[in-house]
Amino acid sequence: MSEPLVQARGLTKKFGDFLAVDAVDFDIAKGEAFGFLGPNGAGKTSTMKMITTVSPITEGKLTVFGLDPTVEGRQIRQRLGVVPQEDNLDMELTVAENLYIYGRYHDMPRADIRRRITELLEFAQLSDRSESPVEPLSGGMKRRLTIARALISDPDLVILDEPTTGLDPQARHLLWDRLYRLKREGATLIITTHYMDEAEQLCDRLVVMDKGKIVAEGSPRQLIAQYAPREVVELRYPEEQMEGIGERLGWLEGGIEVLADRVIVYTDDAEATQHELTIRDIQPEQVLVRRSSLEDVFLKLTGRSLVD
Amino acid sequence: MSVSLPTRLTPPGRMTPFRAHRIWERNYLVYRRVWKVILTGFFEPVFYLFSIGIGIGELVPEVPGPGGVPIDYTAFVAPALMAASAMNGTVLETTFNIFFRLKFEKTYDGILTTPMSSRDIAIGEIGWALVRGALYSTAFFVVMVAMGLTVSWWSVLTIPGAVLIGFAFGSVGLAATTFMRSWQDFDLVSLVTMPLFLFSTTFYPLDVYPPAIQPLIRLSPLYHGNEMLRAFSLGIFDWTLAGHIAFLLVMGLIGAFVASRRLDGLLRK
Repeated sequence: MSEPLVQARGLTKKFGDFLAVDAVDFDIAKGEAFGFLGPNGAGKTSTMKMITTVSPITEGKLTVFGLDPTVEGRQIRQRLGVVPQEDNLDMELTVAENLYIYGRYHDMPRADIRRRITELLEFAQLSDRSESPVEPLSGGMKRRLTIARALISDPDLVILDEPTTGLDPQARHLLWDRLYRLKREGATLIITTHYMDEAEQLCDRLVVMDKGKIVAEGSPRQLIAQYAPREVVELRYPEEQMEGIGERLGWLEGGIEVLADRVIVYTDDAEATQHELTIRDIQPEQVLVRRSSLEDVFLKLTGRSLVD
Repeated sequence: MSVSLPTRLTPPGRMTPFRAHRIWERNYLVYRRVWKVILTGFFEPVFYLFSIGIGIGELVPEVPGPGGVPIDYTAFVAPALMAASAMNGTVLETTFNIFFRLKFEKTYDGILTTPMSSRDIAIGEIGWALVRGALYSTAFFVVMVAMGLTVSWWSVLTIPGAVLIGFAFGSVGLAATTFMRSWQDFDLVSLVTMPLFLFSTTFYPLDVYPPAIQPLIRLSPLYHGNEMLRAFSLGIFDWTLAGHIAFLLVMGLIGAFVASRRLDGLLRK
């Protein structure tokens, strides 16, 4: 493996007494789409902010492009494209001006910027809105503009902090499509998300974070194989039966997860599990059998559902 | 282990250490659309000059100017109005406008993910306020010349003088903004600038005050601004001028330093 683009060893971030990132290690290679998966407050954004050099490191070691963020932040940022969790587009400027000025912040010549703006507006499907102020744009458009803005300087590494949170399904799919294209073109992406499907679709490799720690690492497929049995049976019981259901199903071997509205059973043989339920007379109201997904890995690892 | 990092390195010379002018470029894009707003900053002192200078000037023909030389009242009050407008203009720019970008639009959070630094932002915004202030001062100076209120060639120095006043107040204004939590705190801004405007020898000389009050007035930065511009405007110099300049310069530098440090702390957590 060549030298990693980003490398963290014992990377730690504290806010006062609060430990946001707790001694994490990871390597991100050039050309890969790397994901940070975790619930809100897991430390994903804090990690991103340290990589983008806008948040000082409390302890540990971090290199980005082999450079030290503490002393070479400017050089690092020169080669980054950043999509923050909350859009911070320049509301006093138009769509095209937002792209233009970010090119200038990166010291790009005006002619290069103009060429790039045309390409990026097309990429973001905003060509007909170039002279529009930012304010009236829809959430999806603003997000696409923020991504286009991150790409203006043709960065070596693009960091996307929850790129599709809060978007409707159409907008999400359009964004995913754009991110695929970026990936195909060889960009290195770092994506944080709490959407399993997003991680499964976009990430070559990911880490699962919980309470500031990395609890698992691998490709989506590896993680599923390693942490979740082959099949998942979702059982729905009437509300009055949900109480104490955990104990009554405690004998199940692969492990169970009791959620607010259903019980998730991990198993290698769904049919046998269902048979057992019939014998013991704990028949659910509704049964759904499916292949295990990254979400199941997540629930197993962090023991809670992703309610947001 | 082989190194295969991207070879596209930033060409030398493109990593310019000074980037504050990018903020001016940004603000130019913004203000070219709202240039009419800028005009108001010019008219305010001119209206004051017409009403107070000409009106009161009818009643009060002469007052003792710098060095005790009696001068025409309008000529006495005009440089002070220029000083006040330099103060008001830059304070407005570095408080309200910056607070909006800092706390509501999060404009600077985005900018800091580019090669720009918080120092670039601080210097850029203060510098922009000065550019704006210089435009106003120049326009006001033209009015003063047209009204025959300038007797000396030295009076052209009122323009850089006004910029220095803007620097002192703009820097401190920006530093103050970093301490503000909500719009309510901005009431304090006018609570400071209003009395400064009224009591800093803007409309009458220092010796009108009882001797016990005079040292207090000397603490007002706008007093130093007023006296400095008066000296320039009338071409009457003595050693106190150096004191006025030094006061404003030190104030501006301290303000800029605090503002830059505080901005960094607020934006990079």
